[in-house]
Amino acid sequence: MKLNGAQILCESLLKEGVEVMFGIPGGAVIPFYDVLPEYPKLRHILTRHEQGAVHAAEGYARALGKVGVCVATSGPGATNLVTGIASAYLDSSPMVALTGQVARPSIGKDAFQEIDITGITLPITKHNYLVTAAADMAGVVREAFHIARTGRPGPVLIDIPRDVFIEEAEFRYPDKVNLRGYKPTIQGHPAQIKKAANLINEACRPLIIAGRGVLISRASAHLKELAEKAQIPVITTLLGIGSFPESHILSLGMLGMHGMAYANMAVNAADLIIAIGMRFDDRATAKVSSFAAHAKVIHIDVDPAEIGKNVKVDVPIVGDVGAVLQVLNRDITPKNHVEWVSQLDEWRRDHPSTVIRETDDLIPQYVVRQIYEVTKGDAIIVSGVGQNQMWAAQYFEYNRPNTWISSGGLGPMGFELPAAMGAKVACPEETVWCIAGDGGFQMTIQELATIEQEKLAVKIAIINNRFLGMVRQWQELFYERRYVATPLSGPDFVKVADAYGIAGLRVTDKVMVTSAIETAMEHQGPFLIDFQVEPEENVYPMVPPGAAIHEILEEPRKEARVV
Amino acid sequence: MAKHSLIALVEDRPGVLNRVASLFRRRGFNIESIAVGHSETPGLSRMTIVVDGTATSVEQVRKQLDKLIDVVKVTDITEDGLVARELALFKVKSTSATRSEILQIVDIFRANIVDVASDSMMVEVTGDEDKVDSLFRLLKGFGIREVARTGRIAMARGAGGPIVVEEKPKRARPKRVKGAEEISNL
Ligand SMILES: Cc1ncc(C[n+]2csc(CCOP(=O)(O)OP(=O)(O)O)c2C)c(N)n1
Repeated sequence: MKLNGAQILCESLLKEGVEVMFGIPGGAVIPFYDVLPEYPKLRHILTRHEQGAVHAAEGYARALGKVGVCVATSGPGATNLVTGIASAYLDSSPMVALTGQVARPSIGKDAFQEIDITGITLPITKHNYLVTAAADMAGVVREAFHIARTGRPGPVLIDIPRDVFIEEAEFRYPDKVNLRGYKPTIQGHPAQIKKAANLINEACRPLIIAGRGVLISRASAHLKELAEKAQIPVITTLLGIGSFPESHILSLGMLGMHGMAYANMAVNAADLIIAIGMRFDDRATAKVSSFAAHAKVIHIDVDPAEIGKNVKVDVPIVGDVGAVLQVLNRDITPKNHVEWVSQLDEWRRDHPSTVIRETDDLIPQYVVRQIYEVTKGDAIIVSGVGQNQMWAAQYFEYNRPNTWISSGGLGPMGFELPAAMGAKVACPEETVWCIAGDGGFQMTIQELATIEQEKLAVKIAIINNRFLGMVRQWQELFYERRYVATPLSGPDFVKVADAYGIAGLRVTDKVMVTSAIETAMEHQGPFLIDFQVEPEENVYPMVPPGAAIHEILEEPRKEARVV
Repeated sequence: MAKHSLIALVEDRPGVLNRVASLFRRRGFNIESIAVGHSETPGLSRMTIVVDGTATSVEQVRKQLDKLIDVVKVTDITEDGLVARELALFKVKSTSATRSEILQIVDIFRANIVDVASDSMMVEVTGDEDKVDSLFRLLKGFGIREVARTGRIAMARGAGGPIVVEEKPKRARPKRVKGAEEISNL
């Protein structure tokens, strides 16, 4: 069958099971958009900025565990994708980004809107391609999706010259990929797994740290089996949230810079760390030289380059987390760690990291907790970056995989709204709450138009503290409250929403919080709530930059009032 | 733990060198030299990359390189005992007074004169870096106009190659020739 490059691309996308793409057209990709009506099964969602498209694709990918797809034209369209590609790269999200390029004869001539996007994205993609003939298209797409979704997932960019879309070629979809340089290791080495099992069986104070790899590998059930069988407490990284139910008696919540005090103390006291699908990011480890100082470390990860990169490992196991845990669990002897668990319970009692202080003020922690209460925890939460992100991670209880979507490695403000949009497209039956900062929200605020046009019932909670809050917190704690360039005088967000055709409410008092959230939930379409919270509220606990993980700043207790 | 020789077999495609170089730059690894050419397998190029093992974790370099899709296999052959060679060209100033002295030095190093002009000569030398360095130091006294060096290429000693790419039916390994070290030291 002879088709043109654009048609071959569409046919190939369908073969890969693509249902939705987010994008914006332009000169170089018009031939592609031109054939889209022939493929009604390929839904295209027009965003208002390519950053919106790429974050939406990541939100979609993370809610579903499927490859997210975004499209942009050459030059500025492609460069606008860069932030989102980097986010997907650092958080190992499966993504294929399609970009237009100038026609082949113009490449290298600095033609209008010619940009070397494969060069630019070299260090932030798992791999990328420039398609130089329509005959190569199907093979490239096949490889790209294979690379994006297997092993340690990540973004793959395909750059397509305008004339390749038009060129005709025979369409035959390859049923196999043959990449001699890419063969991810799935099964862990049996001898290593045995060694790990022995360490676990002998440990007195074992601790599991679960990362996003558990979610990617869909290994939550295996993780739970391991934890329960050997009675090992579980903490998660920021991105591992949801991999283990936080309501579980063995759950200690999140570790790291804003992790639970008791989780961080546990890391410091453990004699064995079982790190599963995580990469010892510095926000998780704090000062890396004193991380888990008294523990042996077992590290399970599908990416061999993560082993020993930041932390010295005693037993490395390269392989798919699920496949490894399945074997490991067989070698684990059931055990109790009564002393260790009761020690942790004591710390949990003495250092309650998520107790909301009693106040009549409208504080953000309360807002997040009420969203949890009203939704009964049955929602996908998509956060921005900064304080709102940390409160959303801390004060909502996550009990299901992939219900927490947040950009951890890159942390780009403006992630929240488009990613929430993508999550809603992926899971239309789920309640999706976007928890936004008033700063970050304004970085991609234009996607309200997309949400309205596509009738996406995203619920938006702006944690409006009139500051670039997290930066202000650092200025308060480490720069003697010199608030340089952090105060914001935002717009009237309810009016903005209204202008986009989206209903909204402003909440200025604690007593209004619950009913506002209920109103949003009852409302059929998208809904925005502008929560005007205490401007100088801080995120606690906090491990100051440079400090060791157990050197924790906890919320200063208000002095008891003497009457 | 000074110099490490990494052998990378890579797909012979445009942009591969760029990917490798970009990775070194981004991860803050230092390349001392890199030499690229065809390998025994069609479609695969062979890179010899020399890194300073004291400055960077060679194992991290190896693993990161291996992650590149176009990189088929990376081996650190430093421990294996290897033959390392470099080719250099020196353009040396010469006068009728110095010419014979230069020729003598060139002879001792088993180097060759590959071009002669009225006031200069071009010397070609092959050997390990020490040999090339020594010749360079000796010729420097006469005045050197131009230097071109290829950087190291290397191969592990013995019969086994570092790389098995396509699974072919196994053939009996050729026996290791006794005295191979001596021969290759020449
Ligand atoms: C694109 C981008 N620019 C700058 C930063 C640095 N930064 C991190 S948190 C933060 C403040 C975010 O403010 P806001 O979105 O209002 O959220 P808050 O911390 O107040 O909850 C800034 C500026 C960033 N992460 N991303």
